[in-house]
Amino acid sequence: MSSAILESGAAVAHGVERHRLEGHGVEELSMQQALNRALDEVLATQPKALIFGEDCGRLGGVFRITDGLQLKYGEARVFDTPLAESGILGMSVGLAMAGFHPIPEVQFDGFAYPAINQIVCQIGRMNYRSRGTLPMPITLRVPSFGGIRAPEHHGESLEALFAHVPGLKVVSPSTPHEAYHLLTYAASLPDPVIFMEPKSRYWQKGPVDFARGPETIGSPTGAKVMRQGRHLTVVAWGAMVARCLQVADLAAEDGVDIEVLDLRWLKPIDAQALATSVQKTRRAVVVHEAPLTSGLGAEVAQLITHGCFDTLKAPVERVTGFDVPYPSGDLEDEYIPNIDRILNGIKRVLEYRRG
Amino acid sequence: MDTLPPLATGETAAPSPGQLRELYSLMVAVRHLDSSAVAWQRQGIIPGYAPELGQEAAQVGSGYAVDLTRDFVFPTYREMGVARAMGVDMVAYMATHKATWHGGLYDPMESRLAPIQAVVAGSVLHAVGWAHGQTLTGTADGKLGVALSYFGDGASSQGDVHEAMNFAALMKAPVVFFVQNNGWAISVPTERQVAGGSVAARAQGYGIPAIQVDGNDVVAVLEATRHALAHCRSGNGPALVEAMTYRRGPHSTSDDPGRYRSLAEERDGGGEDPLERFRQRLLADGIADEAFFAAALAAAKAEEEQIRAGIQALGPRPGNEMFDLVFQETTPALQAQGASWREESEHV
Ligand SMILES: Cc1ncc(C[n+]2csc(CCOP(=O)(O)OP(=O)(O)O)c2C)c(N)n1
Repeated sequence: MSSAILESGAAVAHGVERHRLEGHGVEELSMQQALNRALDEVLATQPKALIFGEDCGRLGGVFRITDGLQLKYGEARVFDTPLAESGILGMSVGLAMAGFHPIPEVQFDGFAYPAINQIVCQIGRMNYRSRGTLPMPITLRVPSFGGIRAPEHHGESLEALFAHVPGLKVVSPSTPHEAYHLLTYAASLPDPVIFMEPKSRYWQKGPVDFARGPETIGSPTGAKVMRQGRHLTVVAWGAMVARCLQVADLAAEDGVDIEVLDLRWLKPIDAQALATSVQKTRRAVVVHEAPLTSGLGAEVAQLITHGCFDTLKAPVERVTGFDVPYPSGDLEDEYIPNIDRILNGIKRVLEYRRG
Repeated sequence: MDTLPPLATGETAAPSPGQLRELYSLMVAVRHLDSSAVAWQRQGIIPGYAPELGQEAAQVGSGYAVDLTRDFVFPTYREMGVARAMGVDMVAYMATHKATWHGGLYDPMESRLAPIQAVVAGSVLHAVGWAHGQTLTGTADGKLGVALSYFGDGASSQGDVHEAMNFAALMKAPVVFFVQNNGWAISVPTERQVAGGSVAARAQGYGIPAIQVDGNDVVAVLEATRHALAHCRSGNGPALVEAMTYRRGPHSTSDDPGRYRSLAEERDGGGEDPLERFRQRLLADGIADEAFFAAALAAAKAEEEQIRAGIQALGPRPGNEMFDLVFQETTPALQAQGASWREESEHV
């Protein structure tokens, strides 16, 4: 396998040039295409990068994120594994120890659970355990969150679970542009990153500016203001960002000027960006699909409270899913924060009066 | 690959002509309902479905062998034919594909069918636990209830399956591991999924007797399953049946098999249609005639129409069930969330 890797690595040196040429300018892409382009670039520029998982090779993944990559880079670098998530993640540990850069895929969020032991006890700890001698540059791609009326376990919000695990970094893109840049950046890190792709946004198109630098991606490790506003900050990530932008448009009709902050990194969280935004607006609502109790909203609210205690005009509100197992399609719209529930949360904060 | 010891004579009898006709009627009903469910998805009646075209013999033959008074079945998501053969309420079964309620709306305790399971191999260990419970409760007459655990060739890669086999063998649990080897795990063919030649071959490593059967021959499947059940029932520990069949259609209504196999491959892999094959056999043996086949198809059509009407009439479950069914004893936080949900949803 290693000689095949070297050969394909050599063959790709020239591909790198080509890719850079392709990568100029702005293109209108779906998030699925943007992620595919990011993986293509990673394989082209990092000879040790490997993509694998269930149906990732020939089929190109059930969401087609790895479409065409096996054809382009060969079966040694993009391959199907047996149907075993613990096997996929456990093998990633060994590949990382052997100097590779695994980019495994778990087919749906709910199937990360069978691999939790490897993710928590092994991937998250190996660097620490080995006193930094065995880094785990693993980028685990997880199609995440609901909104597609899928069967059980095909739509879950695991961010709090992952963010709670020491040794893991967690990130989620909200647009095709973020998807491209965050994935290429995550794949350049020497640490394990859980990359949570909002599957309900896979087919939405948007402009992707391939240029690097702060003007296009901001700080690659930070949050990003997706809409400026004066009256209140809504903090969201993944699929909820688009919905909150819609909410902000609606609120604007009533003269309420909302700032929408895409948190992007769910661990580590950009506390500075939270403070900067809320110091300006003095009010905040956190929106997430995951259940309320012990959700990431609590963490964000605490960071805002800490950074803006003196300036806050109201307690930080949360609009979230409920403490119930992710429901079947018919109840999905009741579960995921909808526009009305988000507007109600905003109203509660705007109308708050000190007792 | 047959390591299941022979049974004492008389332990299982060959199916009678009446039973053979019943098997045929079940297969037609399942075939018709399955193709209809795919059409329902295309028509927007249900959001998704996992078809089983070509697996009717494996499902009906095995499901028919279940003793509903004492056995318990642990399905995955493609066992519609098993459910039908067991007499499960099909509207309640289809409710899961209608996205009404995960797991379906049937009563697992009454129907002897555990809720539909989306995690592959998720219930294989459950079957072992249930089976061990039978041993613990014990029956003096050596007629144990048996757990029948359904999973695919792909699922057999999961670590849980290996733990389940080891547990079952060590504890002599009365469980039949029923593997439907339909050639594919979405896009990955069996030869790139299963090491060691076959799932049945693996059972040997755990000391579990196994039988590989032509999964497109409903009678052979019925007999193999009865054999395995009888083996477990008498306290001999677990057994494995690997039914060799073929998934003729897509993996699910959102799959595109054209990306991983050609139509020619599909034709060759599928072999003879299990339904047509059984029909020819019944005709040749003089057990059924054209009039019987026509009546069976008419009955299947009537049944499908009833089930379709049933699921179309099935409204969404009341939203408060989302909060009410999380625990037997609810929590204050959940009550508060339910209350604010009611307030906000009435508000809009
Ligand atoms: C633990 C887990 N991982 C991934 C999936 C996604 N998935 C659904 S079905 C399937 C293939 C299953 O193949 P097999 O066990 O052979 O059963 P078949 O679908 O062919 O009946 C996969 C990968 C899943 N449902 N569960």
